[in-house]
Parts: sequence; structure tokens; C-alpha cells
Amino acid sequence: MTTMTDPPQESFRLSMLLNDTRYRSYTFQFIALMAVVALIAYLGSNLVQNLRAAGLNISYQFLGEPSGYDINQRLIEYDSQSSHWRASVVGILNTLLVAFLACVTATIFGVAAGVLRLSKNWLVRKLMAVYVEAFRNVPVLIWIIIIFTVMTAVLPAPRAFRGDDATASMLFDAVAFTNRGVFIPSPILASGGWIVILTFLASIVGVIFYRRYATKLLYDTGRLLPMFWPSVGILFLPSILIFFILGQPISLEYPELKGFNFQGGWTIRGSLIALWFALAIYTGAFIAENVRAGIQAISKGQTEAAASLGLRPGRIMNLVILPQALRVIIPPLISQYLNITKNSSLAIAVGYMDITGTLGGITLNQTGRAIEAVLLLMLFYLVISLSISAVMNIYNNAVKLKER
Amino acid sequence: MKNSVFLGALTVAGLAAGAAAAGTLDDVKARGKLNCGVTTGLVGFAAPDANGEWGGFDVGVCRAVAAAVLGDPTAVEFVPTTGKTRFTALASGEIDMLARNTTWTFSRDVDLKFEFVGINYYDGQGFMVPKDLGVSSAKELDGATVCIQTGTTTELNLADFFRSNSMNYEPVPIETNAEAQQQYLAGACDVYTTDASGLAATRAAFEDPAGHVLLPEIVSKEPLGPLVRHGDNEWGDVVRWTLNALIAAEELGITSANISEMAAEATNNPEINRMMGTEGNLGEMLGLEADWAVKAISAGGNYGELFEKNIGENTPVGLARGLNAQWTDGGLLYSPPFR
Repeated sequence: MTTMTDPPQESFRLSMLLNDTRYRSYTFQFIALMAVVALIAYLGSNLVQNLRAAGLNISYQFLGEPSGYDINQRLIEYDSQSSHWRASVVGILNTLLVAFLACVTATIFGVAAGVLRLSKNWLVRKLMAVYVEAFRNVPVLIWIIIIFTVMTAVLPAPRAFRGDDATASMLFDAVAFTNRGVFIPSPILASGGWIVILTFLASIVGVIFYRRYATKLLYDTGRLLPMFWPSVGILFLPSILIFFILGQPISLEYPELKGFNFQGGWTIRGSLIALWFALAIYTGAFIAENVRAGIQAISKGQTEAAASLGLRPGRIMNLVILPQALRVIIPPLISQYLNITKNSSLAIAVGYMDITGTLGGITLNQTGRAIEAVLLLMLFYLVISLSISAVMNIYNNAVKLKER
Repeated sequence: MKNSVFLGALTVAGLAAGAAAAGTLDDVKARGKLNCGVTTGLVGFAAPDANGEWGGFDVGVCRAVAAAVLGDPTAVEFVPTTGKTRFTALASGEIDMLARNTTWTFSRDVDLKFEFVGINYYDGQGFMVPKDLGVSSAKELDGATVCIQTGTTTELNLADFFRSNSMNYEPVPIETNAEAQQQYLAGACDVYTTDASGLAATRAAFEDPAGHVLLPEIVSKEPLGPLVRHGDNEWGDVVRWTLNALIAAEELGITSANISEMAAEATNNPEINRMMGTEGNLGEMLGLEADWAVKAISAGGNYGELFEKNIGENTPVGLARGLNAQWTDGGLLYSPPFR
């Protein structure tokens, strides 16, 4: 009779840290970690020691003191008596604004150019190739400066709009393109204005529900409801009706030439336009390549199979190719969004007051707190980048291939 | 881009800790070259000419210091700095001294740990507008768009001026003088504001200087002077007394034309003799050669000569001496005695 015995349990010996492959990797990782920690500790203590030797200290008290400077583009209330912290917040909002605008625009440019690069039309295909190669191979800083310089040089100054023999005029008497920026009318809400806006928001929800219903109906009964015109109708008709029923509670304030400059309405400054547009076309070129890669990753058999089912090319792209291509497109797209956000720190080249311009620029200069300001700046970019990653990863999980 | 400057500065500040303690004067002598921070280009004050040779009023101070310390006015490495990089460059030891139209303020002196060694130009912030704008006073600028160099004291003065006069304005921050010039000429801003001397220098570079006027208001005091790091008093003394030697030389009538004969033998003015090194041992006290001041003054002439040659009334910049005349002529220049 034989008895099964477990092999004798070998007890852990210290030499196994080097000799046993199971443990050796831990040993080396631990050594590497210690080296990194020691290096950081050395640099940190060196910094503190030298600061002390120079009689300086690390302090964030300056954030509470009045900043003393003005910022032209501010999304929240701010004046020169506000604190440095508030100036930083103004800068953060400006960064987020230009990053958001550029991400949306770059995606539109990129998807359009990426799809068109695979067009059967020779001219379109080559034009898109030229776009991609021209824009992604020149540094974005150069594009920002080129666009800003061209805008300044080509568009008329506000004083060209003045007088009887004005050399420039406003578009539809409502929009003025000047070398300081574009002046557009702004809406003014009278009482009841909010109801119109709420109606419009409700309409958006309505459209979503209608489309869901139509899809469900299609799956359940095979009946195909028209999509486009009903959507447009639901989106706009109720708001327009309410608008006129309440007696036009929303009016427009038009920009007018007063004194030195246009007053009233909204101003989209030249610096914002230059930065936004440059980031969008530059990053759009990269996104176009991502999109092309994603589409080409789907085997041609899919297209042929869909075509043999009788689907038209537009639907093949929308229903068969793109949903699968998104799996390939999204991960590099996240990187591009992060790039846009970080490249927006080049804003100072055109005097756009982003966080690098306020906290990392004027505040740093006026207070001389370089280390504190730069650390805060790094923290901000880290937080914003990680947030974008987190949001995009959620979306990525939603579209990725679900293995069963 | 800018971050890397700061991180680089951190690293330099960290790794070169020993260098700062050793004494800048010895460093400069050992190196055989003076690292002098100047502007990225402002006609009359510091700008490279067609051959790449730096020249100008601030450059003259750098050359005088190099001549006093090393005996060679050309032994200078000019480091162009912007309004934003200048203090980091000085604090980290990248440059030995900064001569870059820098305003002497309390916080820069005390909080940023720099030492202003004197004033080589008494300035004030002014405004420039195109003539056809029809503005004759800065009080009429309500609602104007103002181009302004970022990272300078002008930003704060501007905010204060418009606030105290309850006027609105739109600031357009610009990184360098050249860009500001381009924006201003294109009409992207109505007004350009910086130190009045800078405005005059900028206007001198215009195609049509007569089409632009400087408004009469001077809204701030801007004493500009060279500065060094805190804590190295020997080096601070060298730069301070080199500047004083240039100023005193004008007062005492020592010029680049007559300096060789004054230095050759003792004159009957003991102060001149002490400066020239023919009497006393002032040079030795500074740790320099006995004829340090002779070399400094020979480099580009005395203060008045530097002024006339670079920014005076017969140059395109065309600045009058005004506050920058000697105290004996009703100005503010007043060098402590050499004794």
C-alpha cells in the first residue's frame, strides 16, 4: 500500500532571494525601487538645503494675496484686487476651455480626414494625405504663431470700421472680424428666457427617446421609422413655439464700435482662435492617422459581407466598420486629447492667459515663487490629464470587444 | 518649454551649490569670461549689431565690469534673457550679473534675494499711441486695448493706474518687445506701454517714428540698474563701484579721450588719483588690479559718453538726459566719493 505524500515543504531561505527565479525578480525590483526613492530623496533634500542656504523657504501664502494684475479673458469674476489663487482659477478655466474646444474640433477634423484618406476619389485621397503630412510635421508652436500673425496682419483693426469711408464692415451688421478677435452678438435673457432654454433641453432628451423608440421598433417589428426630419422637428419646433408664445424673451445684444473698440456682445479673442485652431488642425492630423489605422484594421471581408447583405456604403461604414474600428481608435485618441491639453500650455506665445500664463507666468514672476508655482502647475496638469484618461477609459470599456 | 528652464534651474541650483559659495569674483577670474544677462534685443540698451557684436547702454556696463575684472572689455558672454527668465538665470548662477533694464523694487531686493548695486537709468512707465488716434493724455484711454510685456512691473503699474482713474482697459500680454511692436503696428492694440526709455527705443526702430507719440503721463518710478545675487558682497562691491566709477568719471571730467594722460601720472586732484590707482590702494581693496577703473572707463567711456553714444539725443533713440544728468547739472546721478 502506497501512501501519497506531498513533497516536503521547502522552507524559505534567504539565499533564495538570489538563486530562486521565483523570488529573484522581487529582489531586483526592490533594489530598483530603493534606488529611485534614494535619488528623489537626495534631490529633495538638496533642494531644501540649498533653498535654506539662499535664505528662501517653500510657502504657498502668496496664493492668498492680491494679484495686482488684470486678465483679459476671464470666465469668472476677477479683477486686479482678486487673489493669486483666483487668477490661477481663471487660468485653469481658460486652459479647460481651449482644451475642450480643440478636442471637439480636432476629433471632427481627424475623423473626416481619416475617412476621406481612404476615399476612392484620387484627388480627395491625395488632398487629405497632404493635410496630414503638412500639419503633423511642423511643430504646433509654429502653427500657433503663423495663424496668430496672419490674423493680425490680414484682418482689419477696429478703427478701419469707423467713419463714413470705412474700409471694413460688419458681416450682417452683427459679426465683426477684427485683428483683435471676432465680435459676435450675445443673447440677453428677459423673464421667461429660461423657459425657452429648458424647453430646448427637454427637446434634446425627447430626441434621444425618439431614436431609442425607433431602434426598438426596428428590432421588434422590422418597421423602419424616418429618423432625420422627426429628430430635427422635435429638437427645434417646441422651442420656437414657446419662444414666440412668450413674446420673444431672448434678444440679441449686437457688438458696436464705441470708443477704441467694439463693445457689447461676445468677444472671441484672436489669441483663443489662433490657439484653438492651431491645436485642432495639428492634432486633427494625428487623429486622422488613428482613424485610418482603425478602419484598415477591420478586414475587407467585413465590408464585402455587409455589401452582400445589401447594405449601402454609408451604412457599412456607420453600422459595421466604425463600431469595430473604435476599439482600435480610442486608446491612441486618449493620448491625443492629453496632448492637446498639455500643448495648450504654449498659449503664452500668443498671450492667451491659460494656467501657464497666469500661475506659471505673471504670478510666478511677481512673487518669485518659482518652485511653488511650478509644482502647483505640474499638479494641475497631472490631475486634468488623469481625469481625461479616466473618462476616456470608461468610454473605451464601453466600446471594446466584449468576449463571451 | 518654460518648465524645463525652471527644472534646469532647480538642478543647477542643486548641483552647483558649491559654486555659489566659492565667490563669484574668483569664478569669473578663473573662467576668464564674464557671463552677463541682457535683454533679447532692445535698440540702444542691448542689441547685437549686423556682425553679431552686442552693443548698447546696458552692454556698456557689462563691458566695463569685464574690463575692470579681467582687463578685457570683450571677455563677456552675453546671455539674452526675457522678463520671465532673467531672475531664474541670475539665481541659478547661469549669469554673474544682470544688466537688463530691471526695476529696483523692494520685493525683488528683499524677497527674491538679489542685490541692486545702483541705478544706471532713472525711468518711468509711459504710453505710446499712434498720432492719428487723437489721444493727448493717458486719462483719455478708457476702454483701450493695451499691449504690455508680461513678467514685468509694468503689468502691476498699469492695473493700478487704470484702477485709480476708474477706467477700463483690455490687457494684451506679449512675451517680447519685438512681438509687442508687431502687434502694436498692426493695430491689434491701441496703446503700447513700457518704460519710457523702452518706448523711445522701440519707436526709433519704426518705419515712421513721427506717426507715434509718447503721452506726457509717466505713471511710475522705474529705477533701472544692474543686480547680482544676495550674499556675495565682494562681487556686489566690484559691480557697484565699477558703475560708480563710470558715473564719477563723468563728474570729474575723465573721458576715454583724456584718461590715458590722467592715468599716466598723478594729477592735482586726489580723488582722480585714487580712482586711477596712482594714489592709495582702492583696487587692492576690491581684489582687483590698481588700474581697474582706468580699464573700466576706457572700455566704452564714462557714463555720459555711454549715454550719448547709445541712447542720447543724437541717436535714433533720442533720449534727453533729464533725471539722468549729474547732480551738479540738476539730475539724480550721484556717485559716493572714492576714498
